[in-house]
Amino acid sequence: MELDSLYQEVILDHYKHPQHKGLSPTFSAQVTHVNTSCGDEIILNINLDNELISELTWEGQGCSISQASVSMMTDLLTGKTLKQAAVIVKSFSELMASKGTSAGDPLVLEDAVVFAGVSKFPGRVKCSLLGWMAFKDAAIQAQANNRGER
Amino acid sequence: MSFSAAQIRKDFPIFERTVCEGKRLVYLDNGATSQKPLSVIESESDFYRLHNAAVHRGAHQLAEEATDAYEGAREIVAAFLGAPGGADEIIFTKSATESLNLLAYAMGNAPVGNRFAVGAGDRIVVTEMEHHANLIPWQQLTARTGAELAWFKVTAESRLDLSTINDVITANTKIVSVTHQSNVLGTINPLAAIVARAHEVGAVVILDACQSVPHMSIDIKALGVDFLAFSGHKALGPTGIGVLWGHMDLLNELPPFLFGGSMIENVTMTTATWAPVPQKFEAGVPNMAQAVGLGAALNYLTNLGMDNVHAYEVALTGYLLEKMHAVPDLRIVGPANTQSRGGTLSFTIKGIHPHDIGQYLDSQGVAVRTGHHCAWPLARALSIPASTRASLYLYNDESDCDALVDAILGAQKYFGRF
Repeated sequence: MELDSLYQEVILDHYKHPQHKGLSPTFSAQVTHVNTSCGDEIILNINLDNELISELTWEGQGCSISQASVSMMTDLLTGKTLKQAAVIVKSFSELMASKGTSAGDPLVLEDAVVFAGVSKFPGRVKCSLLGWMAFKDAAIQAQANNRGER
Repeated sequence: MSFSAAQIRKDFPIFERTVCEGKRLVYLDNGATSQKPLSVIESESDFYRLHNAAVHRGAHQLAEEATDAYEGAREIVAAFLGAPGGADEIIFTKSATESLNLLAYAMGNAPVGNRFAVGAGDRIVVTEMEHHANLIPWQQLTARTGAELAWFKVTAESRLDLSTINDVITANTKIVSVTHQSNVLGTINPLAAIVARAHEVGAVVILDACQSVPHMSIDIKALGVDFLAFSGHKALGPTGIGVLWGHMDLLNELPPFLFGGSMIENVTMTTATWAPVPQKFEAGVPNMAQAVGLGAALNYLTNLGMDNVHAYEVALTGYLLEKMHAVPDLRIVGPANTQSRGGTLSFTIKGIHPHDIGQYLDSQGVAVRTGHHCAWPLARALSIPASTRASLYLYNDESDCDALVDAILGAQKYFGRF
């Protein structure tokens, strides 16, 4: 069934058992991103230790795809440097733009390659990118904050 | 004549196709847009094929034919709504959204002394169940003018709370703009009390009739409102055509919104005067083929009889409501019975997000809408991030309702497996 390529078991597992959910009391930056077409919402806290992403926590509400994606992303990016994270985010963005033609690089994306199936559903690509766009925004703000620009 | 959705469906070419690898199309997204009968598709394409010319200009036969077709559509709309002042009170816009923005901007243009002038100390009233198209134009008008925005709240029973009507529509209220039927809840609002109170304080009443005009008989005189907006594409007509109706004396006093060709009487390098209504509000070459297509759509509906359409849809809504009440963990977002309610049925399912429900339904050939349905403040008031919406129309029947409920049960099974 075509639907099964969208709703992979690991996606629904993250949806039911989200990782890193619950906002940290302190943060280098906090961002809120909303999917304006459906109302899905993610609040993401990032803690930076120089170049290292020491902690990513989030709160949000939304569909299985958006929530599983942010859960998996926080798993994947915690403990990485900003440079490493940028490579992973780029790889994920390219996968989501592939319209089902790419299987994704498991060496870079690990479990997140299951989102290859989502890329076949144009209506759901935005759901899967919600958390990742929030991360990009948060990383920029956190660096600015740490440089004392705010 | 008995009402046969199966017979009606034969007039709509889109139902000849299948979706999702050979599945029958169960189209339940009529609140977003309706499908089109062949007569509408042909009247629109015939305009281009046979009569295309810019209306109200051009000294040639085609221009006359195009003008006749366009003005003929205006007559059809006026008759359909029961416009007391006839066709001249019908203004064609590109959408209901434009109709409502036209009013908000035109009122914002009103000079001091004009009855529509809005400023600090004035109040504009809406409801908590408005579509964004009938909320944000007024939000913005209050922001530009310093007027204050107030609104009727929605009760737990999905009705407008009119218990404080005199505190909401106050003596300083200038504009009351409300929806006739909620695009989320299906609630049909009681207008008599609102109109009476608004007129008592000298306010004008604007009706967003997008979700009512396609589904029920409308008699403007009986409604008592001062302005009415609806969109063609939800009423079997083409996209790109909307209607604004207003009382002639009000339209005469209302300043224009868009300026340009066709809407002028006399122009010098430094001044201009305006053409009579409705031309005053129709700057530029209008959406002619779409207006003609809307005329064909309203003729199609009139031939069926709007009272028949409404009675059929109420009965079908009752059938679907009963089936939905039997689904475990399903909550209807809207009135529980067919009392003063149309065929828009929003719902939530415990444990499954609306977007996931909608995706599963789509895999079964069932087309619905999910999200906040352009009524975000209502979703917030109801404390639901989003809902799934099935909206019925005259070509739907019990088999469509059965397919929806079967698919909901299937979704519960599908997402319950983990």
